[in-house]
Amino acid sequence: MTDATQHSGPMLAADGTPLKRSLARALRMQKIRALMLIAPLLIFVLVTFILPIADMLFRSVENQIVRDTLPKTVIALQDWDPASGAAPGEPVFAALAQDMKIAVEAKSHTRLGSRLNYEFTGAASLFRKSGRKVKRMDLDTDAPFKETFIDIDKKWGEPEIWKTIKRYSPAYTNGYFLNSVDMRKGADGAEARPENQRIYIKLFGRTMVMSMVITISCILLGYPVAWILANLPMRQANLLMILVLLPFWTSLLVRTSAWKVMLQQQGVINDTLVWLGLVADDARLIMINNQFGTIVAMTHILLPFMILPLYSVMQTIPPTYLRAAKSLGANNWTAFWRVYFPQSVPGIGAGSILVFILSIGYYITPEIVGGTKGVFISNRIAYHISSSLNWGLAAALGTILLAVVLLLYWCYDKVVGIDNVKLGG
Amino acid sequence: MAESKGTDAFVEFERVQKSYDGETLVVKDLNLVMPKGEFLTMLGPSGSGKTTCLMMLAGFETATHGDIRLDGVSINNIPPHKRGIGMVFQNYALFPHMTVAENLSFPLEVRKMGKSEREERVRNVLDMVQMGEFGGRRPAQLSGGQQQRIALARALVFEAELVLMDEPLGALDKQLREHMQFEIKRIADDLGITVVYVTHDQTEAMTMSDRVAVFDDGRIQQLAPPDKLYEEPGNSFVAQFIGENNTLDGVVKEINGGVALVQLDDGELIDCNPINVGVGDRTRVSIRPERVEFNKDRLQEGTHTVKAEVLEFIYMGDIFRTRLKVAGNDEFVIKTRNAPDQVRLAPGQQIEVGWLPEDCRALDA
Repeated sequence: MTDATQHSGPMLAADGTPLKRSLARALRMQKIRALMLIAPLLIFVLVTFILPIADMLFRSVENQIVRDTLPKTVIALQDWDPASGAAPGEPVFAALAQDMKIAVEAKSHTRLGSRLNYEFTGAASLFRKSGRKVKRMDLDTDAPFKETFIDIDKKWGEPEIWKTIKRYSPAYTNGYFLNSVDMRKGADGAEARPENQRIYIKLFGRTMVMSMVITISCILLGYPVAWILANLPMRQANLLMILVLLPFWTSLLVRTSAWKVMLQQQGVINDTLVWLGLVADDARLIMINNQFGTIVAMTHILLPFMILPLYSVMQTIPPTYLRAAKSLGANNWTAFWRVYFPQSVPGIGAGSILVFILSIGYYITPEIVGGTKGVFISNRIAYHISSSLNWGLAAALGTILLAVVLLLYWCYDKVVGIDNVKLGG
Repeated sequence: MAESKGTDAFVEFERVQKSYDGETLVVKDLNLVMPKGEFLTMLGPSGSGKTTCLMMLAGFETATHGDIRLDGVSINNIPPHKRGIGMVFQNYALFPHMTVAENLSFPLEVRKMGKSEREERVRNVLDMVQMGEFGGRRPAQLSGGQQQRIALARALVFEAELVLMDEPLGALDKQLREHMQFEIKRIADDLGITVVYVTHDQTEAMTMSDRVAVFDDGRIQQLAPPDKLYEEPGNSFVAQFIGENNTLDGVVKEINGGVALVQLDDGELIDCNPINVGVGDRTRVSIRPERVEFNKDRLQEGTHTVKAEVLEFIYMGDIFRTRLKVAGNDEFVIKTRNAPDQVRLAPGQQIEVGWLPEDCRALDA
């Protein structure tokens, strides 16, 4: 061993190989074994979670459909100046006729129609209608195509549809993102949408504000419960813990529906208030299908996510700290505020991050009890995924939501420090 | 600053009882009077009620019955933060989110003291515990001994006249503990504060205290200065609990002029010093190991001796520890000084041992 230590170069193992390499070899088997253990989960998460998310994120900018369906038209349109105020010339229409012929065979023209319909209302029916006619068209004899197309629909003779096609001919677009922040691609780049079409900024704002209100309500309601849990004798604490966890064992839908029963105008709470004479029968409180309903139901549902981290942090704060503070002359409030509370902040941080991130992406509860005023951005995303089938826009909204969450997480790390988040121990 | 120890009561427990469940008493009829400036240790096995007594004095537990007085004023209904009693906790209870200086400044802040005075006091108390450099550190960055000093400083910084310590040295290693014992004692003497110190470590109690209260079963078994406690234990619990002790069981046959004749269970008759026994009682005779002599030259003329068999000889450096079988008890230990002329006994050897009748105390069985 003395030889190795006296050696001026890298440390050598007994057999003369560098110590680092021989250590790495010794550890390799361990690493491979560890990797094998987590491999099933890793693959599962990769296939069912990471890849779909990456695919969705990609969809928010992907726009191959126009140049795939109308390749010749897109090339021909390069020479057309949208500012000219007139429809393009015959070569573009000829290219369109050829492209459409192929597209109609493949039945892909209707998909292009619905895609362009997001940007230009009427595009879907225009393409459907034109497709039927193009089927009977003869590419060799029916020239000139400009008149033929304008005969099919006079929209072909106006520059608007051509502007839209040209604008969305690149393979990637920021159109979905502009759309999700209430803007659109205009003649000179991005422009704001008309007042009556703006919806997403408001929804994002509402989602943020309501999530914050829910988080704060959870802190206010959860803190005392966690305190009691942490300070009760074991037996009673366990019983109370079961009560806290009870909502976890009940279906989310059942709980949300229960709130519907409680809060509606002919519901339990209103009936009780009327019976007590606190509220007139014709002036029953509106507590559901609005923001109030969403906040109440979601606070209830997310409360355990606040209580559990708070509890696990509070459990690690020995009661002697409070005693010490009192023996030093602090009254109950000072002892709590100066000594106990600062030590419970990591629990508040962990709980808040959990509740806030969960609520920002919540879907079912606002859908059921939110009405129109209490819905979140997630409900809009779900709408675009399942009803309007505008997946690109849904993806863009989702991407923005993800970015906002990551940004908030980063801010939290800067302000409070992520090391201060404790979920237990 | 050291005041002469007054005789008037500073801390008083009068007929104090404490029960947690309404069925059993944890503290039974506690009476204790402490003069100002005294260092009193409550010593006892766990569950003996000593910590409960301390907590009642601090105000974290209420006495079920009886009166606790501080400087003549009953404090039963005064909340802990108004008692002005300094306290050092077992695990120091230094606030982890504050620096050392903030920890020390905390009791001054809640007393609404000005900033400059606070800083000066903190500086002084840090110097006193020789931790002047550490004001900016967090408790987690300090070693156990350093945390101990800060905990002590925090209990002293607001100039409490009474400081309670709940096994403050329990978490330290032996060497540091011994060092801190002297340190605490020195500071307490310098400041002239009154200290109630709870421990289950008898060495700690012996080296530091003016008086030791030995607790067992919710009662003070004996309250005496350390030397008296060791040399004149008042009952067999104290004799057993303090120091090493040899016992021989027997019956008191007669008591004559302050000397009891005890017949041991194997029939041997010995003279003893009767403490809390009467004629006819069963008794447990207690003899300290270092008061037993087997060298006939050193025994007084005519001393009664008892036959003994050597079972084990342990060399411990400064002393020899020899285990004997005496009167049926094979845990009878004697300690002899490692002197040049000292005999080293060998197992199996048959010897005779003797002692002075005063050193052989007949206690309750």
